[in-house]
Amino acid sequence: MMTKKLSIQRYLPEQGNAPYWQDFDVPFDDSTSILDALNYVKEELDGSLTYRWSCRMAICGSCGVMINNTPKLGCNSFLREYEGPVKIAPLAHFPVEKDLIVDMEPFLDHLAAVQPYLIDDSRLIDDNEEGTQTYKQTPAQMEKYKQFAGCINCGLCYSACPQFGLNPEFLGPAALTLAHRYNLDSRDQGKKQRMAQMSREEGVWSCTFVGFCSAVCPKNVDPAAAVNQGKVESAKDMLIGIFKG
Amino acid sequence: MMTSGSVDLIWPASITGGAMQQQDIDIVIVGGGGAGLRAAIAAAESARKENSQQRIMLLSKVYPMRSHTVSAEGGAAAVTSDEDTLQAHFDDTVAGGDWLAEQGVVDYFIRHAHRELVQMERWGCPWSRKPDGSVQVRRFGGMKTARTWFAADKTGFHMLHTLFQTSLKYPEIERLDEYFVLDIAVVDGAVAGVIALKIATGELTLLRAKSVILATGGAGRLFRFNTNAGIVTGDGMAMAFRHGVALRDMEFVQYHPTGLPGSGVLITEACRGEGGILVNKDGYRYLQDYGLGPETPLGEPQNKYMELGPRDKLSQAFWQEQQAGRTGKFGDSDVVYLDLRHLGKDYLHERLPFICELANVFINIDPVKEPIPIRPAVHYTMGGIETDANCETCIKGLYAAGECASVGLHGANRLGSNSLSELLVFGRLAGEQASQRAATVAFADSPALEEQAQAQKTRLAQLYDAQGEENWVELKRELVLSMETGCGIYREAEGMQDTLETIRNLQARYRNIRLQDKSQAYNTELMQCLELGHGLGIAEATCLGALERKESRGAHKRLEENFQQRDDVNYLKHSQVFFNAEGPAQLHWQDVDTHLSAPAERAYGDAGKGIKQ
Repeated sequence: MMTKKLSIQRYLPEQGNAPYWQDFDVPFDDSTSILDALNYVKEELDGSLTYRWSCRMAICGSCGVMINNTPKLGCNSFLREYEGPVKIAPLAHFPVEKDLIVDMEPFLDHLAAVQPYLIDDSRLIDDNEEGTQTYKQTPAQMEKYKQFAGCINCGLCYSACPQFGLNPEFLGPAALTLAHRYNLDSRDQGKKQRMAQMSREEGVWSCTFVGFCSAVCPKNVDPAAAVNQGKVESAKDMLIGIFKG
Repeated sequence: MMTSGSVDLIWPASITGGAMQQQDIDIVIVGGGGAGLRAAIAAAESARKENSQQRIMLLSKVYPMRSHTVSAEGGAAAVTSDEDTLQAHFDDTVAGGDWLAEQGVVDYFIRHAHRELVQMERWGCPWSRKPDGSVQVRRFGGMKTARTWFAADKTGFHMLHTLFQTSLKYPEIERLDEYFVLDIAVVDGAVAGVIALKIATGELTLLRAKSVILATGGAGRLFRFNTNAGIVTGDGMAMAFRHGVALRDMEFVQYHPTGLPGSGVLITEACRGEGGILVNKDGYRYLQDYGLGPETPLGEPQNKYMELGPRDKLSQAFWQEQQAGRTGKFGDSDVVYLDLRHLGKDYLHERLPFICELANVFINIDPVKEPIPIRPAVHYTMGGIETDANCETCIKGLYAAGECASVGLHGANRLGSNSLSELLVFGRLAGEQASQRAATVAFADSPALEEQAQAQKTRLAQLYDAQGEENWVELKRELVLSMETGCGIYREAEGMQDTLETIRNLQARYRNIRLQDKSQAYNTELMQCLELGHGLGIAEATCLGALERKESRGAHKRLEENFQQRDDVNYLKHSQVFFNAEGPAQLHWQDVDTHLSAPAERAYGDAGKGIKQ
């Protein structure tokens, strides 16, 4: 088996050191992912290496890291894709907690801030309700938001976003995309409530349309498109507000 | 956060002494997957309805949207079309489980599944639709007709995110994300709280509670080759087990017929529901040789025939082909082939986009152009924490729901797409029951609780201090390999006996385990050790049940000549394994509720024609 050099940024808060780089030689073949490599290091070389992972099939969103300075999921990036040594660091723009683990709380707060759930005035389904019906939603209606509903909350787009790097209060690509997803849903009546969040300074207008968020998205959600459409909606909303006085 | 300057390695204050955080919570839910989130919402609604102020706390060792529900692909079953009947869903589930399901529970399930799927729709779940805007259903294995709701091939992902996002609407649902629950506390036969470790800091928290719901998922990671996420380690099962709750029917381990070679990544049954076929290395549709034929024409899948047989039969057929030398090779793996090419690119990209992505990323195969090599992989734990029909265990106020539970729905083999519906139906029921109980009982006295919390503190301190020679990596590897060897698709006494001895030997060695990482913040090595400890208990229950069940039923298939048939005279019974602190675990047998449908022959394909199912 061939081996590859992995350079991993370490940070052990209880030892009080500044972050440092540590190299490991890892055997690999065509199927070895970055996550496999991290697991190899932890199991064979250094049990203290710390990182998040779970599904290892690119759907749970746990294992985002910087690989050679680009945010990626460890589980669907492979050692075979890299020529020289591979540099692995925690996701950029988030506070580092330990080794490759970053503080995801700001990200979760931003998600929650946009009221990411269907807002309607129908009641819950009652115990006694017979023959309950779903809403009708045609494939064309669903198509409008479907892509934006594919976000796995991995946070890669926040690491890619220079604006979030400058201002962590910026709601950011994933949260704005999620808001837009519900705004576009034919079953939803909560757009008005969400626009207040989207239109504030840390909302859509903080985006300078770099577009790197969409480039790194592992699920092709295209947050940049969502944010830009959000700007249009926000502008219309403001204009209507002006006309209504 | 980053700090500068030199600090000596310090012990967690909470492990060496010092005050423990304590809170009073009406309802504690352990696990943030589908069942846990559905339970939390149901509890909140229930409390609102009763005008009762209740604190609901959801603890999870990962952020809720990382839970393994996210990986479910194919769909969720409920009687939906006009031609379908509740009776048919009942019969399919009972026969699919080889008559080891609790029939009263199945009856409740099939009556409530549709309502729950509609509720998910009202919460925004993007179910795939027909052109007229109504919900689309697809075929699934062992089901008489198409009744499986789906959101492309990411149904679990959409359900989990819908539930998580909906839970944010409820301020009364509080969360402790990345908290690892170490134990439940029990006082006078009733649950009294949980003791949890904050992963970020290593601090311990004691939550006093009136009701506790375990929704911790299955234990697929006991086996080397599996479709499961790394977190699927059976923690809740192990905790309930240690407190005297039976683990029931643990010998029934589902092998999903179609996992990717190498990784075990799941390739959904929906591939076959949409018309995919399975062929051996000679291109032959071998399932017709295993009681599932005759062969159905390409592009015309037929329910309960061929590729739409149940998972146990399909995995067993693979094993037979492998023994006969008719499987192909992919890397080191013996494989058969899932051919989807006739469905065409557009259809595949609409219905099975995630499968196309996974096959491409993980084995560099484009299903539009090539058949996908696949092999069976451990997928689902049919057994679990024994509960009554209301999700309550023998410990008052302790409930279990979802894959960790054995409410009795699946019997000896689960039908695909029944589990996503299960977590909704029984997650909700558990949440409602927990809320009702919390409205009527008082918190347990603190001293008894604190004693149990103290015991956890001591246990952790010992683990940190231990100077033994064993490490978790070696022990875990031996465990998962031995489980695969002894408790695989086909089983015989000798192999299971070996595995049981290995497990007991590993349990002894586990007491001599040593942590390399003594830190307190995000000590993931500590998590691995605790999870391994959980797994060793559950593995014993699984293997013991398998060894003692001297018949073949559903997913439990014995090779010995006398045990190759179902034996209703002796084994129409649930296995119950009880923990024993003094020695080996104890097995008992429990009667099965068959009051609605007497055991009959279980048959598929043409052999199943005319049989009531």
